[in-house]
Amino acid sequence: MEKEEYKKLVKKISPAENKLKNIIVAFLMGGAVALIGEFIVCGLMTIFGLSRVDAGGWLVLIVIFVACLLTALNFFDNWVMRCKCGLIIPTTGFAHSVASSALDYRNDGLITGLGSNFFKLAGSVILYGVISAFILVIVRVIIGG
Amino acid sequence: MASIKFKNVYIKDYYSIVGPIEKESQIKNYDLAMDDYYFKEKTFELAEIKMQQTVIDNLLARHKMQISDFDILIGGDLSNQISITNYNAVNYNIPFLGIYAACATFCESLIVGANLIESNSCQKAMLITSSHNLNAEKQFRYPVEYGAPKPHTATFTSTGAISTMLTKNQGKIKIESATIGRVIELGIKDANNLGAVMAPAAAATLQTHLVEMKRDLNYYDLILTGDLGCIGSNILKEFCATTYNLKLKKYLDAGCELFLKSQDTFSGGSGPACLPLVLYNKILKQKKYRKILIIATGALHSVAMVNQKQSIPAIAHAVSLEVLS
Repeated sequence: MEKEEYKKLVKKISPAENKLKNIIVAFLMGGAVALIGEFIVCGLMTIFGLSRVDAGGWLVLIVIFVACLLTALNFFDNWVMRCKCGLIIPTTGFAHSVASSALDYRNDGLITGLGSNFFKLAGSVILYGVISAFILVIVRVIIGG
Repeated sequence: MASIKFKNVYIKDYYSIVGPIEKESQIKNYDLAMDDYYFKEKTFELAEIKMQQTVIDNLLARHKMQISDFDILIGGDLSNQISITNYNAVNYNIPFLGIYAACATFCESLIVGANLIESNSCQKAMLITSSHNLNAEKQFRYPVEYGAPKPHTATFTSTGAISTMLTKNQGKIKIESATIGRVIELGIKDANNLGAVMAPAAAATLQTHLVEMKRDLNYYDLILTGDLGCIGSNILKEFCATTYNLKLKKYLDAGCELFLKSQDTFSGGSGPACLPLVLYNKILKQKKYRKILIIATGALHSVAMVNQKQSIPAIAHAVSLEVLS
């Protein structure tokens, strides 16, 4: 059997992923995370009298802490299976990727293990985040003056 | 000829340990089960080494034998440089052959061991194979606690270690013949669909075995493939029918027979431990089959090669077993 023919056979038998359902689930779950975040921001502003910018900073800290804690407690990976990328795209996903790498490699030494693998998954986010920010700033300077 | 006939090689006994999820699965007759993935060790790697050591030691103890009664230790696992098996072999001061064929390791060890015994190079051989879900996840996929959504075609590496005692003297199971597989690649690059990667290799080995041994499918009471998973086994059936005109009826896949549907393991189990766990602890305990052809399938998957967009090659080795008692 030729390769192309075999690919067709595999595609015919392998069940297709329900992309629409995954997208809707991810949208709703990501939205839910954002909604909870908004409640926390409002809570911080009313209870502690913080400005919206300061409350946003505290929110990020809280979200990162909770995501790391849930990763260590073995909840997060199971939730991602159910919530799809709704939990991976927000800040929670970044914290989760760093925490899970750290947990995995802590036994391989602080430098050779944890240190060098800490950003194994998150490294791309940082690198391409910085590059796209740089490009966007240039575009803004050119267009916006 | 890729096929070899054996006159005097027997599996005398075996011993298996299973992981926490396999404990709740379809197999019930294992010898020992772990409550967690650490097995009272500090890391998962050390846990897997201890699993291998436990199954060898307990098998020796059951027969009141010493490791020095054996001429050779043969085995392998999934880890880089088969380090688990190498580090375990330090504990046993006998000649050692480390082998790697991914999830086809079990059949490869049977073939190597059977040949050494058949040629009178040795009298007794100890075979070992193991896999550990979290070691495999860490090495081939993402960090253990990282939650990446997986497609339905993905398989779940089983956790377990199995020791097998091969002898010249008549035992429970006769190794009747074997076929050494070829490496086959049909352009599949998806590391989340290893069943599709391995199915053509299994089909090719099956066809070679039947042709060279001059047999048809009815000769066997059961054909058991290693770890194609439920989706992969459907691909194999279709592939065999269209390419070789073989209609697989008395056929099961160990990956599909291992876990329960409720266990959320996608297409089924995989890993070198998958086939021997199902064969020893489910198929043989049913006492329904006498002539069994096991085809262990291995995806020769390397993370670096997949990242370089190369398709994944696969291999399958077949061993024909006759159950005597």
